Amino acid sequence: MSATAPAPPKTNRIGLPKADYEGGKSTLCLGCGHDVVTRQLVTAFWEMGIEPRRVVKLSGIGCSSKTPAYFLNRAWGFNAVHGRMPSVATGAMLANSDLIGVGVSGDGDTASIGIGQFVHLVRRNIPLIYIVENNGVYGLTKGQFSATADVGSTLKGGTVNELLPIDLCGLAIELGCGFVARSFSGDMKQLQAILQAAIAHRGTAVLDVISPCVTFNDHEGSTKSYKYAKDHEEPLHDIGFVPFFEDTLAEIPPGEVREVPFPDGSVVRFHTVGREYDPTDKDVVLSTLHASRKAKEFLTGILYLEPEKPSFGRLLNTVDEPLHPLGEDRLRPSREALEAILESYR
Amino acid sequence: MPTTLAQPDARPAPVASGTRVNDFSLQVATANGSGSQTANNVLMRAIFQMGVPVSGKNLFPSNIQGLPTWFTIRANRDGYVARKRELDVLILMNPETAEEDARAAAPGTSVIYEKKLAVERFRDDLLLFPVPFSELVVKVTTKPEQAKLRKLIANMIYVGVASDLMGIDPAEVEKAIAKQLKGKPKAVELNVAAMRLGREYSGETFAEKIPCRVERMDATAGKVIIDGNAAAALGCLFGGATVCTWYPITPSSSLCESFIDFCADHRVDPATGKASVAIVQAEDEIAAIGMVIGAGWAGARAFTATSGPGISLMSEFIGLAYYTEVPAVVFDIQRVGPSTGLPTRTMQGDVVLCHYNSHGDAKHPVLFPSSPEECFQMAGEALDLAEELQAPVFVLSDLDLGMNNWMADPFTYPDRPFRRGKVLDAEGVERLKGVWGRYKDLDGDGIPWRTLPGTPHPLAAYFTRGSGHTEMAGYSEKPHDYVKNVDRLARKLETARRMVPGPVIDDRPGSPLGVLAFGTSHQGAVEARDRLAAVHGVSLDYMRLRALPLAPEARAWLERHERVFVVEQNRDAQLLTILRDECPDLATRFVSVRQYDGLPLDATTVVEGVLAGLGREAGTAPAAAADGGAR
Repeated sequence: MSATAPAPPKTNRIGLPKADYEGGKSTLCLGCGHDVVTRQLVTAFWEMGIEPRRVVKLSGIGCSSKTPAYFLNRAWGFNAVHGRMPSVATGAMLANSDLIGVGVSGDGDTASIGIGQFVHLVRRNIPLIYIVENNGVYGLTKGQFSATADVGSTLKGGTVNELLPIDLCGLAIELGCGFVARSFSGDMKQLQAILQAAIAHRGTAVLDVISPCVTFNDHEGSTKSYKYAKDHEEPLHDIGFVPFFEDTLAEIPPGEVREVPFPDGSVVRFHTVGREYDPTDKDVVLSTLHASRKAKEFLTGILYLEPEKPSFGRLLNTVDEPLHPLGEDRLRPSREALEAILESYR
Repeated sequence: MPTTLAQPDARPAPVASGTRVNDFSLQVATANGSGSQTANNVLMRAIFQMGVPVSGKNLFPSNIQGLPTWFTIRANRDGYVARKRELDVLILMNPETAEEDARAAAPGTSVIYEKKLAVERFRDDLLLFPVPFSELVVKVTTKPEQAKLRKLIANMIYVGVASDLMGIDPAEVEKAIAKQLKGKPKAVELNVAAMRLGREYSGETFAEKIPCRVERMDATAGKVIIDGNAAAALGCLFGGATVCTWYPITPSSSLCESFIDFCADHRVDPATGKASVAIVQAEDEIAAIGMVIGAGWAGARAFTATSGPGISLMSEFIGLAYYTEVPAVVFDIQRVGPSTGLPTRTMQGDVVLCHYNSHGDAKHPVLFPSSPEECFQMAGEALDLAEELQAPVFVLSDLDLGMNNWMADPFTYPDRPFRRGKVLDAEGVERLKGVWGRYKDLDGDGIPWRTLPGTPHPLAAYFTRGSGHTEMAGYSEKPHDYVKNVDRLARKLETARRMVPGPVIDDRPGSPLGVLAFGTSHQGAVEARDRLAAVHGVSLDYMRLRALPLAPEARAWLERHERVFVVEQNRDAQLLTILRDECPDLATRFVSVRQYDGLPLDATTVVEGVLAGLGREAGTAPAAAADGGAR
């Protein structure tokens, strides 16, 4: 009897095993929603066949901001200062347009201290997957309310929040973001499809992911608990993402599916569930969102999609290649140019 | 109540009698937004074109229209370009300040003024030249559409009057008008007419002229007139900056605005129309420095320009760049603080703020340009140093240098290739496999090797974090790891000591006394030094410090002198404080000479300060202070 060689590990389209997309060991609490998002990121980048070295993963400060250390060890990570990840990401993406950026933030990092930078990143349409791991509390400082906590939700000790929450998705849509999604770390299938679509998007993609804090905000009075989210989640549609490198576009009868193509050839397919929803029609999107707030619905899915929106680099009209390696020949004007400039000051 | 620059209790000495050639200070008082800037620049440029060394200082309010503003022009045959406290000629156009300005004038001052202001009511010991500007201007603005230009054109009439009274060649004035209003032939025509009318009126009216005369000499050939901010922007252009981020703040805005203009001409590929630069007006200074850090981390040469309030906002990020070792260049065009302070006046008030910027332990290289040439040169130098040291590097200019027009030598073309520092490519990573760690000191100079995002090698990536980290860039809270890391950072600053621009030393053999200046304290200090030698018999060696940390030759110079007068423009003797920190063994040798009233440093303040420090006749003005080091 001859020994059978173990099957080689499954590889993606660029021949890498999933192990090449793993990160360090998580130090978050057992059962933390953030770890689910981390796992989905590993899968999404592997499935999409993105070279890990092309990815930069940036964050601010907080539990969520620790997570870039837990995926894609072969990508460069940058754990910046509280609420200021967007500006660091902006600089990195301007310096090297070949990079694929993913920013991980939290509701404290984004909706409070970092709201200014969040707003301006979205306004500029910097190519970045901006994930907010949203749990309604500050975890790392032991459970204070964040600005996304719903009216009436309570802290563990019973304190009731009376301030209106900031709806980051609504805000992003108002600011003209070309990719706005809300999901739930308990809905892995949907989250995976959204992440893959976000990777294909060439502009800011805002993903507001409800990601329960098992230690400080998973109790009865919380509206960001696993139970509450599971009980109240209302997907707007089923999402199927077909990347450009797959040609398995099955024939689907019209009427049941809405397809939105991306510039790279990928397609997002929206299968209707229950209601008619066109995520490319801003009027429909905003009115749906407003109605859902009144009805206290927890809508998930890709809320708004505009794949053709020009990114900041295109608006700045910078050269196609990365700026950072350019040398004297491209950057330093000639001796004659300096002389001509000086002459104008004589 | 009108504000005035005059000190309320000043009793200025009379203006020297007799005719003086190419040695005077003239001050024009107008209302902000009245368009006097063009006229003042024409006057300054005409003197420059006559080959006479000249400087111009705009003392303006934080306002767009209406508040008082002054412009001082100094001509000096010996090349002294510091502001002169003593004024020889006044041009009074602003009813708001005329009385106060006249009352504060030294006896014998020549005063050209709008006749309606009736300055003769206040003083009978001045040389008065009343001119009916408001009547004259009507004669050159006869067309109805020109009526709205009268306020503006009246300024060019005083240029004509002054040129007649002081012997400034009208052909040079006309050339200067053409230069200043290039591409606007109608405006040139109108302004030349106004200037000629002023000359004509003056020639017919005043038999006696102003005793300060301009005579042609040959001391400005080849030189340029440029402000420090434009010079620094050019330095960034030629220094290979590819990312510029900024938030508007006086007095720094014109640095980035100049960079935008230069890039439009020199960084756009004519074939594709695409730019080899990304310039972002950020939402605030925090975002501006964040973008610089992100770009520097990804390998671009990036800079931002701001002023003191911006540096305060940037501090958390500066600490991050220091601790994570990311290149970043920050121009601080200093203005008067704290808080909003005097936002349109000059100060060297951010020396401590920048050198020690951040919470926790941190020290950063700081460069001190003294002239437009150095703004140009040090901009490139800072871009190199930031990448070589993998650290934030500050360039400390100020409002006086940044926004005023300076006579400058033409800039030397930078031949040297960009110095990009210790960056490992894929082959480098392969070669150093098992040896390299992002924060490991492989060369003993405190500077580790870095990789750039995107480097195609499976071991190239690392994690950048503002929290404690090991040599291998792993998270660590271990006491030993922390100490090892920050001690290496201290070692890196020792390396920087030998890399930053060294001091410029000018010694007179045998003197145990020295004067030390930096940045724009240079011009007043060198003039004072000459005057102290010539008039008071005090011989002083001179060192101009060009950077922190202190270069070894700067320390050696300090050791050679028993007493060192440290000249600076702030209340708290900030540079002196740093010198004491750097050289505790020499601490008692330093004597502080300071001016901190928001006006550019003048030589008289330094002369008085040094004399006071020597225990000689003090004569310390309210704005000046010297102490024996009690602070």
